[in-house]
Amino acid sequence: MRRSEFLCAMAIAVIILILSLPNGAKAKEDVRDEPKNDIPKLFAPRARPTENFPCSKCHSYRAMDRSKRKLVEYHTGIELKHAEEQRWCYDCHDGDKLRLQNGQLVPFDKSYYLCGQCHGTIFRDWKAGVHGKRTGAWNGEKLYRLCVSCHDPHQPKFKPLEPKQPPMKSEDIK
Amino acid sequence: MSKEIRKNPLEVKLPRRSFMKGLALGLAGTAFPLKNADAFDWEPFLQKHFREMSDEEIKGVITRLEKEASLEWKKNISISAAKALPGVKFGYGLDLSRCIGCRRCVYACVEENNQSRTPQVQWITVLRFKKGEKWTDLENSDKDYNPKQVPEKGFFYMPVQCQQCENPPCVKACPTKATWKEPDGIVVVDYNWCIGCRYCMAACPYGARRFNWSKPNIPEKELNPETHYLGNRPRYKGVVEKCTFCIQRTRAGKYPACVEVCPVGARKFGNLLDPKSEIRYIIENKRVFRLKEDINTEPKFYYFFAT
Amino acid sequence: MITVLFKALGRTVIGDVRYYAWLAFLLVVIGLGANAYLQQLDRGLIITAMRDQVSWGLYISNFTFLVGVAAAAVLLVIPAYLYNFKPIKEIVLFGEMLAVTAIIMCILFIMVDLGQPMRVWHLLPLVGTMNFPSSLLAWDVIVLNGYLLINCVLVMYALCRFVQGKEYKLSLALPLILLSIPWAVSIHTVTAFLYNGFPARPFWNASILAPRFLASAFCSGPAIMIILLQVIRKVSKVEIDDKAISKIAELIAYTMGINLFLLGAEIFKEFYSGSIHKAPLEYLYFGLHGKTMLVPWMRTSLVLNLIAFVIFLIPKARENFFALNLGAVLVIIGVYIEKGMGLIVPGFIPDSLGGIYEYRPTMQEIIITAGIWAFGALFYTLFSKFIIPVYTGELTVKKTE
Repeated sequence: MRRSEFLCAMAIAVIILILSLPNGAKAKEDVRDEPKNDIPKLFAPRARPTENFPCSKCHSYRAMDRSKRKLVEYHTGIELKHAEEQRWCYDCHDGDKLRLQNGQLVPFDKSYYLCGQCHGTIFRDWKAGVHGKRTGAWNGEKLYRLCVSCHDPHQPKFKPLEPKQPPMKSEDIK
Repeated sequence: MSKEIRKNPLEVKLPRRSFMKGLALGLAGTAFPLKNADAFDWEPFLQKHFREMSDEEIKGVITRLEKEASLEWKKNISISAAKALPGVKFGYGLDLSRCIGCRRCVYACVEENNQSRTPQVQWITVLRFKKGEKWTDLENSDKDYNPKQVPEKGFFYMPVQCQQCENPPCVKACPTKATWKEPDGIVVVDYNWCIGCRYCMAACPYGARRFNWSKPNIPEKELNPETHYLGNRPRYKGVVEKCTFCIQRTRAGKYPACVEVCPVGARKFGNLLDPKSEIRYIIENKRVFRLKEDINTEPKFYYFFAT
Repeated sequence: MITVLFKALGRTVIGDVRYYAWLAFLLVVIGLGANAYLQQLDRGLIITAMRDQVSWGLYISNFTFLVGVAAAAVLLVIPAYLYNFKPIKEIVLFGEMLAVTAIIMCILFIMVDLGQPMRVWHLLPLVGTMNFPSSLLAWDVIVLNGYLLINCVLVMYALCRFVQGKEYKLSLALPLILLSIPWAVSIHTVTAFLYNGFPARPFWNASILAPRFLASAFCSGPAIMIILLQVIRKVSKVEIDDKAISKIAELIAYTMGINLFLLGAEIFKEFYSGSIHKAPLEYLYFGLHGKTMLVPWMRTSLVLNLIAFVIFLIPKARENFFALNLGAVLVIIGVYIEKGMGLIVPGFIPDSLGGIYEYRPTMQEIIITAGIWAFGALFYTLFSKFIIPVYTGELTVKKTE
């Protein structure tokens, strides 16, 4: 009898111990609980490109050559400096739409899905309103911008700016 | 009394009465108005403290101030007295991983808030630090950097402005209560009550306060006519001023000018009491810190690194 | 009694050539100061060298020094009234007059430092919104004016008694006198706390600040008294015992010793700890990042204080009047530098954001300061001229009848 009592007590103790452990699962729940419709709705107006758009103007009848190469006939103004070792045009572009990794096509005005594939942390911050230029109302509808409004998708690194004048030295204020 | 004429080695006859008369006249002469004074204006002199005035009195004072300002600056200036929105406490976020030190925030603030151009007053100071060197003491900071382009390799940039502390030492210091913390967390100055003793400037750990050492000068074209009594209305010589989180904009639901102008989106702003606001997201998800936290001023200006 | 007072008032404008020359000199300096102040009222404080980084300068330095001088009058009061040390009792009046003059000069220095002096009524309780007890400046306003009141009452009371040819009644004066002793300590402590309360300025945020203030005050005040008393003794019929002056000199020896010790304690703490807070002290005595403007001044002040300490320490030197006066002058200059520019300016260097602005007072600031000192000197001169005939018994109610 003593042995079984002992085993029972041990089992109860182990169960209590497991139950009392800090529940790591809770933190993960927060992320999973994020609402699916967290994509912003109000966007700053953007001018649509007129040259070379829509892509199907030419690409509906041109033969598709998917081999990675340097373009010499058209699109010569675009120099890719954005993971250019790993990919090229056809990895993101497909006809009049953009192509995600799983083959899904998204329109140009939802290009954030494409960028968000690799830049997940920034995508998350952007959805919360914490990434990027902020204008609009802080207590109302926030104004969002597409990634490409600020970042050139082919050469995203920002060019340095000329800083504005430094403040006057106190000795020079008369 | 007999008239005593005292002879002295200089043989100057100076009757005591005459001396006294001369002295009295001389002192009386100093009572004449100084060259710039008109007939003394009692109304501005006796204006009450902003917090002691009723809404009616405030309206009256504002009408008078608008008239004075419009005369002085040759533009129709409107002064609002908008109160704090309920359930709001403003918080600010500054993304140190993004700031490139371009100083566009400094100049946007100067224009929006009618800061004097000569002598120069700038509420925001952008500090530059060398990466890897000690910086929390701010002693290695440089605010006079002037390269051809920013950002420069090996440096990072940190703008500083009024931190709108929850426990503000300037409010503690002010002998006349001319500066106080509003319910929405903004520390404000009543420019008509400040006596210009500059005790608050000695008390501020962030070098955020500015003094009008002489009469402020703003080019007429650049004057922003939409002002707030406690914020960006044109100030006077001899009073203290500082960043007010663009009280004239934020109390109307807009972002401060510095937030909107930042070209790299390094500035964030919102309501700390709203759990869904950007600033709360930042505090909960990023590694935030505040300047000089060891002195317990509880600033509402959070610095963080987004990446 | 009124006639006696009027006669005494009349005496203020009678004197020999030296007296008139002195008055004329003071009036000229006051005139220049007033003129410079009018310029400041017109253009604003920009005519000074103070800027956002160093927002307090020469005016507040002088204010601090003079509050110390005013507080030190109590040093004379304690032995006189409490221990009935006869030689000092006779000259307490002049000490209290110095206190009154110093407080008036303090008030003037604050007035010229304000950006909006017409609004000074905002400081008052009831009519204005005095931020008491939170703001130390509000406390300072109360204690300084209270001290002024106490000393004025004591002087006027003594004066009225002397006019009637009587001694002052200790029973009436004692409560006020006893009050003035802790009050004098408190005015300087409150002024010290004014600086002490802010972690924004680590140079001032040291616990040692208030004791340093008191120690240096109790050196400079009596040093000024020593010189003033000898002048009074020379130009009037007032009898001042050598023993009194020696006693004051002895007191200076102790207080200067404490002052130097406290400075040494500060220096050890900052330089041995080597934290970033040593920057202001480093700026003062060695220069910081190549900025060395105050270094020669501070080193001179230290040397002067040391020499004066030695002079006052040696009894033989104290009794030699040349050495005594030299020592007194050295103390005044040394403490003026140390407590004035050597205390206010380094609180702002480096400033809150790490920058350094070397504050060099402008000519107009110096002229206004000189004007206020001349006003104080004039006030004390006229006041002495007014009181001395009454004090020596030359003019009393009995004699004029």
